Amino acid sequence: MKLLDAPKGSLLRVIDYRGGKGVEFKLRQLGLAPGHKIKILRYAPLGGPVMIDVEGRSVAIGRGIAARIDVEVS
Amino acid sequence: MRIALIGQPNCGKSTLFNQVAGYKAETGNFSGTTVTFTESKVRVLGDIVEVVDLPGTYTLAGTNPAEREVIKYLTSNNVDVVVNVLDASHLSHGLTMTVELLELEIPIVIALNMMDEADRIGIRVDVEALSEALGVPVIPMIASKGRGIQPLFVKAYEVGRQKTMPKPATYSTDLERHLSVLTHSLKDVESYLNPRALAIKLIEGDEPILAQISEQLPGIASDLQVIDKALRQVRGQSSAWVVTGERSGLAENLVKRVTKQGQRNITFRDKLDDLLLHPFFGYFFLLLILFLFFQAVYSFGGWLETPLMNLFAELEDWLLGLFKAPQAFVPQVLIALIQGVSGGVAIVLPYLVPFLIGLGVLEDIGYLPRVAFLMDALMHKLGLHGKSIVPFILGFGCNVPAIMSTRILEDKRERFISAALSTMVPCAARLAVVFGLVAFYLGPVLALGIYIFDLLVIAVTAKLLSKLVPDESPGLILEMPVYRIPTFKTVTNKAWWRIREFVVEAWPLLIVGSVVLSVMNYLKVSIYLNTLVWPVSWLLGLPKEVGVPLIFGVLRKELSLVMLGQALGSMEFANVLSSEQMITYAVFVVFYIPCLATMLVIRKELGGKMMWQIAGLNTAVALVAALFARGLAVVFF
Repeated sequence: MKLLDAPKGSLLRVIDYRGGKGVEFKLRQLGLAPGHKIKILRYAPLGGPVMIDVEGRSVAIGRGIAARIDVEVS
Repeated sequence: MRIALIGQPNCGKSTLFNQVAGYKAETGNFSGTTVTFTESKVRVLGDIVEVVDLPGTYTLAGTNPAEREVIKYLTSNNVDVVVNVLDASHLSHGLTMTVELLELEIPIVIALNMMDEADRIGIRVDVEALSEALGVPVIPMIASKGRGIQPLFVKAYEVGRQKTMPKPATYSTDLERHLSVLTHSLKDVESYLNPRALAIKLIEGDEPILAQISEQLPGIASDLQVIDKALRQVRGQSSAWVVTGERSGLAENLVKRVTKQGQRNITFRDKLDDLLLHPFFGYFFLLLILFLFFQAVYSFGGWLETPLMNLFAELEDWLLGLFKAPQAFVPQVLIALIQGVSGGVAIVLPYLVPFLIGLGVLEDIGYLPRVAFLMDALMHKLGLHGKSIVPFILGFGCNVPAIMSTRILEDKRERFISAALSTMVPCAARLAVVFGLVAFYLGPVLALGIYIFDLLVIAVTAKLLSKLVPDESPGLILEMPVYRIPTFKTVTNKAWWRIREFVVEAWPLLIVGSVVLSVMNYLKVSIYLNTLVWPVSWLLGLPKEVGVPLIFGVLRKELSLVMLGQALGSMEFANVLSSEQMITYAVFVVFYIPCLATMLVIRKELGGKMMWQIAGLNTAVALVAALFARGLAVVFF
């Protein structure tokens, strides 16, 4: 499942990121590495970013990137 | 002695710095880069030490320009001790960078900040166990309340004196085996890093470092490929992710050992995002907050501007009264001098001071990243990111603080586009021109029309610019800091440093510019000036005499209205200008070259090249927009 397809409030586990190395590096810096647990906090309206909880911190991610993050329900 | 503060974004590093830094703190750049740091002298145990606030970084990867400068600086022998600020409420994340720091072999003290925040969410940290496990001193503290700062600096001073070196952390056996082989072959290589740190960076796939080392050890790249292959076989991941994964593993294990998770207190702050980022109420609060901010800055500025301007006008009258011939050279230059001073005191500072304080408050509360979250979708339609909305809104008050606020954008492209667009936002001075000319003679509806037209032009320009300068960033990745109550000292210190930059760097040039223009005026070069601007005035169907007010308008935009009367020989504009000429002139004034103070701030913030690019762009946009407005006016009148 893609992160973008998960509804608000769902608890997920990161599997992989399919995209550029630079973005992957930045995501990992913020704790979105494979195996880590995340929670979807909210979606901004009108196709805006998605806000997720990573280890107690809130991180906003644009939908273009969120569509490339593979997750599974945790 | 020099103490460097390092930490991840939102760890409270700058709050700590602001608590100890005096009003003399200086901002500087790492040579040849736009990466900035702030430095201040602090008294510790009767000795004066230099404290440097380095930019916040998540990791110390050599691939990121800011992070590379930070590593180079830390290992340059200029730094005696590093204070690594950690957010106790998000410990494992911060510790991954601590593991990297330990590898650099420089004396380290850990400032375990936000102990109150950790307490609030039920995390208990065993400080002694953490210190023992890392092998470096750990001082618990709450920077925002000024607690633990004294012991921290005393400890840092001690460690810096004794030059106590930490021991790097140990990775898994297989990785360590590769590291020790590689470290051995790197022992004679010249680099700013020690051989072990160098080996780690190379396995991590740090390309700038690899290029540098390949010159000395041509076979290194193939050695690394062998290691990468071996690690892939065992771990199923590239060597770069093995290293970062190991680091976060080390950090997580450490956190498990030294912390206990207790009951979490859910407070109002945890619920605040539900309200402020609500799909509907979020925008309501956004508008309300920005409206209140704008209103506060605008009314405070206006409240000071009028009496200050009157005061300077009286001063000018008094001064002219002292001379028998007020039109002579000396009184004219003196008046220009006063006008340069009053431009800063009465026009820029009354808006800049409340603005910077307000921006500091919004920044420290943690609201600005939320604005980016809310506005990202809309701004994307213009080819920009969410955060770019902030300079636009501020531009309505004064373009100078708008340009300064582009600092909140990390990306250079984004800064350039936002700066260019915010100079097209009609500031308070241009409001005077639009109102004095269009609203007064042609009615408020047309003045409003000019404002709407202005916003449309900005949107079109944004679209064009984002096509011309393609976006390299694939989208937003932004950490939302926890809401915090700003401290008085942090906000006022930050505002003061920024105000000082304007006073020291832009203001003197404003005064010089004012004098130069008055000398030109005295030498009666207005004929030449009008001829110089003639292509523009001809194209727009304006009288030739508008040249002088347009040129003086660069100094201060309201001069393009005040001096228009002098140039045309009548303050009754309806007698000397047609309706379409008034509209064309007002539109041109709104867009053409930003005022001198704005230009100087652009030069300071983005460099001279961008200053000229923006000035050129604005003039081009002004010509097109004014021609278009002229056409519209001809059709409708």
